[in-house]
Amino acid sequence: MRILAAMSGGVDSAVAAARAVDAGHDVVGVHLALSRAGGTLRTGSRGCCTIEDAMDARRAADRLGIPFYVWDFSERFREDVIDDFVAEYRAGRTPNPCMRCNEKIKFAALLERALELGFDAVCTGHYAALVDGPDGRELHRASDEAKDQSYVLGVLTAEQLAHTYFPLGSTPSKALVRAEAAERGLTVAQKPDSHDICFIPDGDTRGWLAEKVGAETGQILDRSGAVVGSHEGAHAFTVGQRRGLQLGVPAPDGKPRFVLEVRPVSNTVVVGPKEALATARIAGERFTWAGRAPQADTFDCHVQIRAHAEPVPAVAVWAADGLTVTPHAPFDGVAPGQTAVLYDGTRVIGQFTIDRTVSAVPAA
Amino acid sequence: MVSVYLDHAATSPLRAEARAAWLAASETVGNASSVHRAGQDARRLLEDARDAVAAVLDCQSIEVVFTSGGTESVNLALKGLWWSRPPHTDAIVLPDGEHHATLDTVGWLQTAQTQASPGAAVRAVPLTPLGAIDAAAFAAALPGAALATALAGNNEVGTLNDVAALAASARDAGVPLHVDAIGAAGVVPVSFRRWRGEGTGAHGLVALSVSGHKVGAPVGTGALVVSRHARLTALVHGGGQQRALRSGTQDVAGAAALAAALTAAEAGRVAEAARLSALRRRLVAGVAAAVPQARLLGDPEHRLPGNVHLLFPGAVGETLLFLLDQRGIAVSTGSACQAGVAEPSHVVLALGLDARAARSVLRITLGRTTTEADVDAVLAALPEAYARARAAGA
Repeated sequence: MRILAAMSGGVDSAVAAARAVDAGHDVVGVHLALSRAGGTLRTGSRGCCTIEDAMDARRAADRLGIPFYVWDFSERFREDVIDDFVAEYRAGRTPNPCMRCNEKIKFAALLERALELGFDAVCTGHYAALVDGPDGRELHRASDEAKDQSYVLGVLTAEQLAHTYFPLGSTPSKALVRAEAAERGLTVAQKPDSHDICFIPDGDTRGWLAEKVGAETGQILDRSGAVVGSHEGAHAFTVGQRRGLQLGVPAPDGKPRFVLEVRPVSNTVVVGPKEALATARIAGERFTWAGRAPQADTFDCHVQIRAHAEPVPAVAVWAADGLTVTPHAPFDGVAPGQTAVLYDGTRVIGQFTIDRTVSAVPAA
Repeated sequence: MVSVYLDHAATSPLRAEARAAWLAASETVGNASSVHRAGQDARRLLEDARDAVAAVLDCQSIEVVFTSGGTESVNLALKGLWWSRPPHTDAIVLPDGEHHATLDTVGWLQTAQTQASPGAAVRAVPLTPLGAIDAAAFAAALPGAALATALAGNNEVGTLNDVAALAASARDAGVPLHVDAIGAAGVVPVSFRRWRGEGTGAHGLVALSVSGHKVGAPVGTGALVVSRHARLTALVHGGGQQRALRSGTQDVAGAAALAAALTAAEAGRVAEAARLSALRRRLVAGVAAAVPQARLLGDPEHRLPGNVHLLFPGAVGETLLFLLDQRGIAVSTGSACQAGVAEPSHVVLALGLDARAARSVLRITLGRTTTEADVDAVLAALPEAYARARAAGA
């Protein structure tokens, strides 16, 4: 196959590209330039936007003996990921920008361009497994559960999966990938993992959002509607948060209070006891299937609502207006905007963006 | 895979004469500034090289300052002239569409303020739609300026300027002028003496930049012609070599290679220009037939003989470059970029085209090693590449 290897400059994508070469594919390396004002040198764990990262990717491609190019996706990235991130927070939701990047950039804009330019598939260093089943290609959890990234790939559709290649999916551990990189003479073997949000340079998400969304004083209410404090901008709060509330009025029972709801239109934050975070049901209109759609309107599954959350058993109902998922035991705090990924064992069934939540504990 | 190199404006293959001259000179032991005979041997080679460069550029030997290349030459000329500027002058005349070595140096002088000296004011001069410096606007911008600069031939769109006329304007206005002849030297006639005119003192054409690797000398060689009458401050201080304008032990082998390359280029220049012009016309006519949507930018005839600069509507230049490279054909979008995020070409914008057009261009530059087969290879590959690039979108 003609494979386009997306190379971030990190160890995972470098080893993935190396394995694609070893498998006998015709591989071309591409680094995505996602920022116009990219820094020169890497700082700490943030990356994939600096000249140093592009250089690391180039040197890995040199080592593999494959051609290498830098493709500019900075405009698309700004529109589809950064602006979307700000808009979601403005609307009181908690988005996952890495997921959006997979959905809009890596497996959409990049994949489309790759196909137009004559490639058969895009290869990345994601930890997830692709299995060719009787009903087409399936997306599964990686062998290394600790590194599994199937959650952030839950947005991929059958068409996208058909043109995707994840050579690291069956690697038992990240340590082995690093060892393999060292063995192959890749200079990125010991490069630190990137985490945090790549476009927020110092990792201060709150400060960055305050600058983009703007700070404005608003009220903090309890579930009865009584004012218990004030804040400098609802965007800084997310459901389930406890720290940073600085409430002037103590709770009657003296127990800590948590953010239950963020209302961006009125710039209001609602707080309450931990028990009130319990969420009996989640629902959303925007959903996709990772492969073939389920054969029944109602089906059992496991649902995962954050990148590092435990999957929990649940019942899903698929109707014209979207998906509704009822976990066997309530969730502990769900923020609208989060993505729920549904699993059947290790297989990803599909995903939806959570629009509505139903509390397990009605307000008194 | 075929290997077709059509990016001679980026760098041109090393000439055999330059390689031989470099190797021969590299055998000498002495430092050209040493008094002993080993030093004298080195010095003789160095000054032979200076004479040869002066002969090609039509200036006096003492006026040739060897540098590390075009960028250093431009920096020395612009900063040097600015720091020695006449009192009560504060402006630099800067045509649109100059090379980044010039733009960024002037930009730095604009912002580099000290208590003793404010930053430079910039007087921009527009290009004509064909890419030439607007001579009337240039002349109008000159009076009272500290210095002016101009490209002899535009490195992106290839259009040649009437340097003699620009230099005459500068002379009449009493303003020192630097000419960037990096793309022009060895390719079109370059005469420092004739462009400068007679008896002009410290104004008019006073400095001219050339680069080695554009004419088949090694990268890391170049020269700045500095008129003996020019007032210029050095960037680098040390042993006082080269009229104290460029201190540092002199690179004898590099100078010898530059001299050999320029001499060879000049010896074959007229015939080579005719050959390249014919190849260029073949390419332009072929593109017009194969990809009728494409449009030649720059002056159709009055241009660097090996330069073909094309606008491909609806396609991204970077994508075309990628697709041609997949076919073993090396071309350029004109503006090299370090981090990979290419800005729309400022030269194309200066022609009056929009940002979309400025991303849709391809620069194909022919040179000494280019053959008809190379031209035909790019003609054969372009229609499919254009169709695919258009489909891949902006």
